[in-house]
Amino acid sequence: MKLFEQPAHVLHDMLVNKEITSLELTQAVLARIDEVEGDVQAYLTITREEALAQAKAVDEKIAKGEEIAFLEGIPGAIKDNICTKGIKTTCASKILQKFVPPYDATAMQKLEAQNPVVLGKTNLDEFAMGGSTENSAYHPTCNPWNTDCVPGGSSGGSAAAVAAGTAVWALGSDTGGSIRQPASFCGVVGMKPTYGRVSRYGLVAYASSLDQIGPITKDVTDCAHILNIIAGRDEMDSTSLDVQVPDFTKALVQDVKGLKIGLPKEYFVKGMDPEVEAAVKNGVKELEKLGAEVVEISLPNTDYAISTYYLIAPAEAATNLARYDGVSYGERAEDAADLVEMMTKTRTQYLGEEVKRRIMIGNYALSAGYYDAYYLKALKVRRLVKEDYDKAFKDVDVIICPAAPSVAYKIGEKISNPLEMYLQDACTVPLNLAGLPGISVPCGYNKDKMPIGMQIIGKALDEETILRVAYTYEQSQSYHEDRAQLGGK
Amino acid sequence: MSYEAVIGLEIHSELKTKTKIFCGCATSFGAEHNTHVCPVCLGLPGVLPVLNKRVLEFAIKAGLALNCKINNFSKFDRKNYYYPDLPKNWQTSQYDLPICEHGYVDIETSKGKKRIRITRIHMEEDAGKLVHSGNTIKDSETSNVDYNRTGVPLIEIVSEPDMSTPEEARLYMEKVKSILQYIDVSNCKMEEGNLRADLNVSLRPKGSDVLGTRTEMKNINSFKAVEEALEYEIERQEEVLEDGGHIIQETRTWDPDRGVTLSMRSKENAHDYRYMPEPDLVPIITSDEEIEKFRESLPELPDARQARLESEYGLSSYDAGIITSSRQMAEYFDAVVAAGADAKLAANWIMGDLSKNLNAEGIGIEESPVEAQRLGEMIGLISKGTISSKIAKKVFEEMWKCPDSPEKIVKDKGLVQITDTKAIEAIVDKVIADNPKAVEEYKGGKKKAIGSLVGQVMKQSKGKANPQMVNQLLAQKLD
Repeated sequence: MKLFEQPAHVLHDMLVNKEITSLELTQAVLARIDEVEGDVQAYLTITREEALAQAKAVDEKIAKGEEIAFLEGIPGAIKDNICTKGIKTTCASKILQKFVPPYDATAMQKLEAQNPVVLGKTNLDEFAMGGSTENSAYHPTCNPWNTDCVPGGSSGGSAAAVAAGTAVWALGSDTGGSIRQPASFCGVVGMKPTYGRVSRYGLVAYASSLDQIGPITKDVTDCAHILNIIAGRDEMDSTSLDVQVPDFTKALVQDVKGLKIGLPKEYFVKGMDPEVEAAVKNGVKELEKLGAEVVEISLPNTDYAISTYYLIAPAEAATNLARYDGVSYGERAEDAADLVEMMTKTRTQYLGEEVKRRIMIGNYALSAGYYDAYYLKALKVRRLVKEDYDKAFKDVDVIICPAAPSVAYKIGEKISNPLEMYLQDACTVPLNLAGLPGISVPCGYNKDKMPIGMQIIGKALDEETILRVAYTYEQSQSYHEDRAQLGGK
Repeated sequence: MSYEAVIGLEIHSELKTKTKIFCGCATSFGAEHNTHVCPVCLGLPGVLPVLNKRVLEFAIKAGLALNCKINNFSKFDRKNYYYPDLPKNWQTSQYDLPICEHGYVDIETSKGKKRIRITRIHMEEDAGKLVHSGNTIKDSETSNVDYNRTGVPLIEIVSEPDMSTPEEARLYMEKVKSILQYIDVSNCKMEEGNLRADLNVSLRPKGSDVLGTRTEMKNINSFKAVEEALEYEIERQEEVLEDGGHIIQETRTWDPDRGVTLSMRSKENAHDYRYMPEPDLVPIITSDEEIEKFRESLPELPDARQARLESEYGLSSYDAGIITSSRQMAEYFDAVVAAGADAKLAANWIMGDLSKNLNAEGIGIEESPVEAQRLGEMIGLISKGTISSKIAKKVFEEMWKCPDSPEKIVKDKGLVQITDTKAIEAIVDKVIADNPKAVEEYKGGKKKAIGSLVGQVMKQSKGKANPQMVNQLLAQKLD
């Protein structure tokens, strides 16, 4: 395997054993960027000079015989809705095209303490609203397995970078599947931790009660390591949970004996791509062979999850994005006669269509006379969705279903039909509504060699069990060793 | 037709916490523009609020002092509207689950005691300030925003429409101010906007229990303006109704210079605030034990203190009411009494000469150059008969100017009262001899004439003769 194809834990050992230097590694990944970024377009900002400087600093440290942290000197990328001090953070929106945060997100701060090599900021659907990264105000990102296809979204840039070898690891954010679905589409590992496990401070809010930062990696081992780094209570985020953070790498054991897996019947119905269904069911069979018990379960309110999500998320987004008004930062439209016109023109001109659509839906749902029928009703259904899971988890240890109803589709194929796009989130949004952790691990391909992801869902704060199941499965297969070959065109 | 006014108040009070409600920035007033700001109060992308625990403590204390029920479960909401002084374009406030509900205060009106119910008290953040290049927004080329005040904690105290006169509204607001100062949660400096009120008023035929259409006047920040704005608005509404018109539900602004209220926006143009639960803050859970702890930490409140002054010292309800109207005055009073002064005399001096001097110099009682200890000592001298009340006024003026003790002033200025019968008698004899006309009048039955003789004696003794003895001696000699 080439250097840029290796997972972080392998590279870490190589650095420790002085088989490579961070500079060699960083140069290899930057060369890979030069080679394929034109086709993949995973990045919005590349911080080449800073990356090289950081690599050199780490090498000096290693040369002095100092110990290095897990991510130290290993190149990775950050989704461009996570604030990075001194590095432009655009959220793939024109309205923040020049915005440079004066602070790091807490997750970023925790990463920075490890001295990783930050390569830059990755593309996303504007303000994380979308599932294909086509809603970026700058350019779409292409799927490294077939560049005619979308990488999924909204963390499409992060997933594509890890799959293409233009980053060893990446951070994404997941509001309704934005880590798990692109991980599935790009054949990499992506985890949405329990809501409150990772601080949201500095993650530019889309839907505050659903957003969560998580790792996108080449394998489950890296996922556990990065979760170790970013998890934990943060005084700056009132919703971050004040609970002990276990060492997640201790969960990396191959053992599912006696473990009970629930297969929700509502996920294996119409609309599901048969090849996806088959691949996931095969994965479950494999786990059964390894000693797990499989039972069918029911999550009866699953059908309502999409409509619930598309009321709650836009409602929160409508207020969260109200701040982009051209007054004190961000872009401002020229030639406005008065204040209202200035704000209106600014928002009309600098926010994208999908963002505006969700702001409209959200404001509608919160308006006097509609609040009870839409927003309040959605909050009640959200509780029912959560109760489904609470009930199911009385009997099972994990729940397994696809991370997406299909493999990656063609760029442009669905973008003109928002409703069809929204339905693509059916497998992922229920978890965000329930606040539960979920991971997507590669479990095969369709006939066109497009990756399929298996989603493993756990109880709240039980990332350890889903990591154990994911690791056990991963080690029984070799999908995590496959690399995207940039087909297509 | 005869109408009755129905008045309700929403009082906004800034809390005197050191830092803002959701970040660590200072709350102090008057700093250079945009120096008390950080990413959180500026609403930059990605930031999150963290509730300042002192704000919750102060709000609960205010609720307890205003006889409210404190809710064990409370939460914050987003009140959405676009304005440049509101960086997030929503105000973090409380909507359906405020921290306090169902309270009341009692006020003493000219017609007796009245209870004003309080619907709710909620916590929220203040907005910033627009700084216009011209005098008003209309004649300005540019407007700037000062975010120093953004995120300063506020409580909003909403009353029931229980007031029916402008006087009651003023008394209610004065009482609320006094209570907030007693419990030390707000500076209540109205000139700095610490305390301001929105006034709601409607009219209905006397005796009716149906509410009329109301108008609202926002951001009234003086007691005088509360009364004047309500007086004007009640009269205006009365005229409209008398002429057979209808009151339009609207927000009006009070123009203190012209003494009129002007239409600002009608109900049709009212904001739809699209309230939603604030997802970035967790619900506020307060246990009964915590609430009791706060209750125990409250100082003696004005009503209880007034009752104590009446029963303990026999002060009149009026005097006790004035003395306890501010915590500073009440504490000053207690200190004067503790220094040995008679309570009634202490009250008279505080409400009389001391208040007059304080008002003349425009300073608060806590800044008085005559400290409670010295005033107490001086009143002690009156009670002992060392000086007369009249001399005391001179002593007091000296004390105002210098830090000497009253004893020293009396000694240095030779102001000790003459209680030597012989010395007074000599002056009395001289005055009787010098004023035959007054003596005649007195003897002829005009008993009041003795007054001018007493005055003469006092004058000749330079005010030092004991007035009681002068009266006695004169009476003895003339009767």
